Parts: sequence; C-alpha cells; structure tokens
Amino acid sequence: MFFYAFKRSLLAILVALTVSMISFSLLYISSDPAIAMAGETASDADIEAIRELYGFDRSIVVQYLDWLKKAASGDLGKSYYFRTDVSHLIAERLPTTMTLGLCAIIFAIGLAVPLGVAAAIRPNSIIDRVALFLSVMGQALPSFWFALILIVLFSVNLRWLPVSGSDTWLHFVMPTIVLGYYAAPAIMRLTRTGMLEVLSTDYIRTARAKGLRPPVVLFKHALRNAIIPVVSLAAVQFGFMLGGSIVVETIFALHGAGFLAWESITRNDLPTVQGLILAFSLFYIILTLIADLINAWLDPRIRIS
Amino acid sequence: MAEQVLNITNLSIDIPLSGDVLHAVDGISVSVNKGETLCIVGESGCGKSLTSLAIMDLLPQKAIRTVDKLELNGKSILNYSDREMSDVRGNKIGMIFQEPMTSLNPSFTVENQMIETLTRHRNITGNSAKKLAVEMLEKVGITPAKPRLKQYPHQLSGGLRQRVMIAMTLLCQPELIIADEPTTALDVTIQAQILELLKRLQSDFNTGLILITHDLGVVAKIADRVAVMYAGQIVEEGSVYEIFDDPSHPYTKGLLSCIPVPGKIKKGERLGSIPGMVPSLIGKFSECRFAGRWTVEPSKHDEKITTLIPIKGSKYEFSVDGTTNHIVRFCCKHCLERSKSKINKGVN
Ligand SMILES: Nc1ncnc2c1ncn2[C@@H]1O[C@H](COP(=O)(O)OP(=O)(O)O)[C@@H](O)[C@H]1O
Ligand code: SF4
Ligand SMILES: [Mg+2]
Repeated sequence: MFFYAFKRSLLAILVALTVSMISFSLLYISSDPAIAMAGETASDADIEAIRELYGFDRSIVVQYLDWLKKAASGDLGKSYYFRTDVSHLIAERLPTTMTLGLCAIIFAIGLAVPLGVAAAIRPNSIIDRVALFLSVMGQALPSFWFALILIVLFSVNLRWLPVSGSDTWLHFVMPTIVLGYYAAPAIMRLTRTGMLEVLSTDYIRTARAKGLRPPVVLFKHALRNAIIPVVSLAAVQFGFMLGGSIVVETIFALHGAGFLAWESITRNDLPTVQGLILAFSLFYIILTLIADLINAWLDPRIRIS
Repeated sequence: MAEQVLNITNLSIDIPLSGDVLHAVDGISVSVNKGETLCIVGESGCGKSLTSLAIMDLLPQKAIRTVDKLELNGKSILNYSDREMSDVRGNKIGMIFQEPMTSLNPSFTVENQMIETLTRHRNITGNSAKKLAVEMLEKVGITPAKPRLKQYPHQLSGGLRQRVMIAMTLLCQPELIIADEPTTALDVTIQAQILELLKRLQSDFNTGLILITHDLGVVAKIADRVAVMYAGQIVEEGSVYEIFDDPSHPYTKGLLSCIPVPGKIKKGERLGSIPGMVPSLIGKFSECRFAGRWTVEPSKHDEKITTLIPIKGSKYEFSVDGTTNHIVRFCCKHCLERSKSKINKGVN
C-alpha cells in the first residue's frame, strides 16, 4: 500500500508539472501581457519598457522556469488588475469555493447513492422511474434557470433564504442544491449500474445462500463493491465543481475562486489566471490521488498486489 | 428406513420469455437421506442448477416455481417466508457453487466471510468464532489455516478457494449440502482431491449430499444414488450400481457409452458427448425430446431385456425389474421399444 501510494504521488507531481507547462505555453501564445498592462493609450516605447521591466522579452523556457521557481515557494506573482499578490487573492477566495464544492458534493452523494441503490434493487419500479426522471431533469435543466426557480420560490415567495452573499450557512443552501443537483445524475446512474452488476454476481448469490439478511447482502456485500467506481467519479465531479462553479457563484454573488477566474480571464490578468489554473489543477490531481488511495483501500486486489 | 433429509415432489420451473415460456424443469421429484449422496447428472442446460436454486428458494426473480411438496427433515418448508428461508439457508442447507474463482466476495477476508455465517446462524463472534473457522479450515485440508484467515480471495488458488467455500458451508453443520458442479472449474488433480474431501466430510458429518455434475466419472466415484436428467426431466433414477450395470433408458445408455475408455481415446476426439443438440425448452414439446439424437451405436446394454412395471398413479414412470428404487420414465412407446423391454402389466 505504501509503495502504491508513493508511486501514485510521484505520478501526480508529474501530471501537475505537465499541466502547468501546457497552460503556461498556451497563455504565452494567446496574449501579450505587456500590451494589456500598458493600457490603450500606451506608445510602442512604453510597451517595450514594460516588456523589459517584467522580463517578458526573455525566452518562454526561462520565463517558465522563473515562474516555477517562485511558484514552488508560494509566490505566484502580482495580479495586474488587483495589484495584490495572486497567492493572497486565491487564498482569500478559496474558502468560499471549497465550502460550496464540499457541500454540493455531499449533497449530490447523499441524494444520488441512496436513489441509485433503491433503483437497482427494483429495476423498472416507481422508485427507478422517479430516479430516472430526476436524473434527466438534472441534465436537461440549465443551472442558471434552476437557480432562478429556487430564488423565486425560496427567497421571493417564501422568504426563507437570502438571495445572495456568503455570510451565513443559509447563503449556501441554494448554491449547494443547484451545484450538487447537477452532479447527482452521473453519480446516481453509476451507482445504479454498479449495483445491478454486482447484484448479479456469484458472490452475492453466495451471500444469499449463506442465509445473510437482505440489508447485509445489499449494503455490506454489494454496495462495498459497487461504490468503488463511484468514488473516482465523485472526486472528478468535485474537481469540476471547484473549477466550474462560475455560473453558480455569479448568480448568487458568491465571491469564490470561480468568480475570480471569470474576472481575471475577461481582464487578461495573466498571473491570476496562471495561478488559478495551477491551484485548480493541483486540486484536481490531489483529488484523483485521494480517490485512488480510497479505492485501493476499498479494493484489496489493488491494495495487496 | 434411513431418515429422509430432503423430499421434493413434482417440481417445475418456468421462465417467462418475451411471448413464450421456457419450461426449464418439468415435474421432477428427488429425495435424499441422511448420509446419502445423490448425484444429479445431465448435460449442460438440462436444468440442474435451477433445480438446486429452487430448493434454496433462490431462483432468479422472473422464474416461476411450482412444487407439490418441499420437505426438510419431514417438515414442509414450502410456505416459508423469505425470512424463515434465510434461517434455513447456510444453516440447515449449505450450498457450494461451480465457480470458486468468483463465488467469494473479493472485498472481504476469508475470516470475515466465514465468521459472518457463524454470527448469523449461531450468534458466535470474536475469538470463539475465529477458532471454529480455523478448525474447519484445517478439516478441509488447509494447513496452516491461521495465516489464510487474513487473506483475500484473490490471494488464493482456485482449489484453495473451493476448500474455503466448503469449510464455510460446513461451519453451521448443515443437514443437507448441495454442491453444483463443485469441481468442474478445477484441474484434474485438484478435482479428485476436492471430491475425496467432500466424500470424507459427508460421512464424518452424516449429511445428505446432492452433487450435481455432468461428469459420469465423478458419479462413479462418489454417488450412492443417481438421477439422470434430460431436458428438464429425470429420465432414470436408481442406485449407482443399477444405473451403471442396468441402464434402462436409451439416454442413460447413450451417456454411458460415451464414457471414454482409457487408452482408447483418439487425440482431439470430443469426450463424453451424445451427438446432436439439447432441444430447446421454449414452448410445449410437440415431438420427441430426443429427436435427432438417436444415432448412438447400439451398445452392449441394448442386448439385455428388462422387465418394466408401471408405477401406480403415473402414466410415464416404470420400475425396473421390480425394484422399488430403480425408476425409468418414458413419454411414449418408442423409447420402450428401443430399450428392448418387456412391460409387465400384471402388477398395476
Ligand atoms: N436467469 C435465467 N434466465 C433465462 N433462462 C435461464 C436462466 N437461468 C437458466 N436458464 C435456462 O434454463 C435452462 C436450465 O439452466 P440450468 O439449470 O442452469 O442448467 P444446468 O445447470 O443443467 O446446466 C437453460 O436452458 C438455461 O438457458
Ligand atoms: S419416450 Fe418417446 S417422446 Fe419420450 S424420448 Fe422416448 S421416443 Fe421420445
Ligand atoms: Mg449448471
């Protein structure tokens, strides 16, 4: 297990490096930061001066290595727009996004796994149909529209929940539902197919032939095996949520990292974008690493090999 | 008379398919005594596995079981609820399956899977359960047993897994063991060992054993009584001697003539098979179940003339040579003629 974890971590670091390299080169090609910084009225000489001052005239390899060296010590440079440290900026915005993502994934799992299990126990039953309906809705309903419906219902009519902001936990209820509901269908379907497949295996027949009670057969013997792929999927979904909560954060005016990403992309704020990409990809990589380790722990065939 | 462990009468299993019905098992009856081994032989697809699952009440959901009598130790378990049946499964009736590679849960240790049976039926936990598990593993020839407890199925060979399955099945000392082709997936030397083991344990514990197989070699080694199954029916039943020495149904004769004689098998020849295909069991039979399969060379068995006595209350069943246990079943007169038998109508 230790060796496996070591191997996986090493791989994760390599992936993170590759991602940062690719994103750095893409940004390098796609825009000229000196022009953006100098502003519309700047002369060619001004731009050239900025270029030299910030070292944009050096080769991409040198620039990348320079950035990497600083990034490794936590210095992601200064935001062109906010004029503060990028690492500060991200650290300030992350808790909101993390809280939202965590709540949303827990909500999604809490909704999807029980539904998926129930649907698999009785395929084509009422529960199965309800689950299918919810999952189709989850995919067909655009999240901004779903968010608006919730706002009209719970904020405007019932006055139960605040419309926007991020001060209390009440502010997180609707964003959580919108974001989580979006991730639920995939988790539910994977749970359902996984359970259906596992329930028809020989070892489930053995468990029944041993006289074990249905809940033991279902939750100990079946779910334990069916949940393994769901863990990976949930980790990927969680990663998407962190990076992809832009729409939800904008609607509910949650000033998280997703919102920051949108702001800095529209303003050509390269250091912030680069820093966010690094942060998001690191999250993503750490999440899949954690998922793999949980899987290894769940599945002895990986753990002991 | 020996004590009867299991008695099942007139069992039929139908599986509805889109628009039609598959009559997988068609009115069979079997019984097993304490300490007795009944072998059910038949080609693949004739309904052996479904029969064993029907006894456990573990048929696939869509399968429909009809049965007149289902008795365990003389007590009817026919109308047991699923909860009552789960008290019987693994406790009074144990089951060993064909696929040792996939019949154990990959996510739990041998110890976990063995102990949960003890906890479920005997309420034994912790160290005393562990001790019983170790003892049972030793009884099935796994020594040293202790290190195996912490292992997962994927760390064991097929033969070891099947031994673990057998040990697990024996933990609660069931009165009846149903073993569905327990050695088919194993290689020949392991097969012999597992059969030896089953035979020894069965006589140690005095359990009834139903062993399902398509291998007559296995039957010869282990059976007390034999039921020959074909296309969802039992066509002949008798003691192992009666079946091997005096087969009365042409199908049994065909099966026996297919047993390879050592040294006489040509390379690449298919072993132990009767020409032709098992008939489809979908819908009602309009013609002979054996249509197209009667090309077997007449064997030495065909020369003998047996006396068949119709069994009271049954149109199709005959007792052979007046013995009570050797029974053969024909559904029309053709097979009767083929088997060179003389019907003694006097008794009926
Ligand atoms: N779950 C099922 N659904 C449909 N048909 C089945 C199912 N299980 C078994 N059958 C059919 O029932 C017949 C008997 O199967 P089985 O009892 O497994 O045979 P055996 O064990 O003798 O090889 C076969 O024709 C098989 O195709
Ligand atoms: S008794 Fe008649 S129908 Fe039945 S198998 Fe023999 S020949 Fe066919
Ligand atoms: Mg079978």
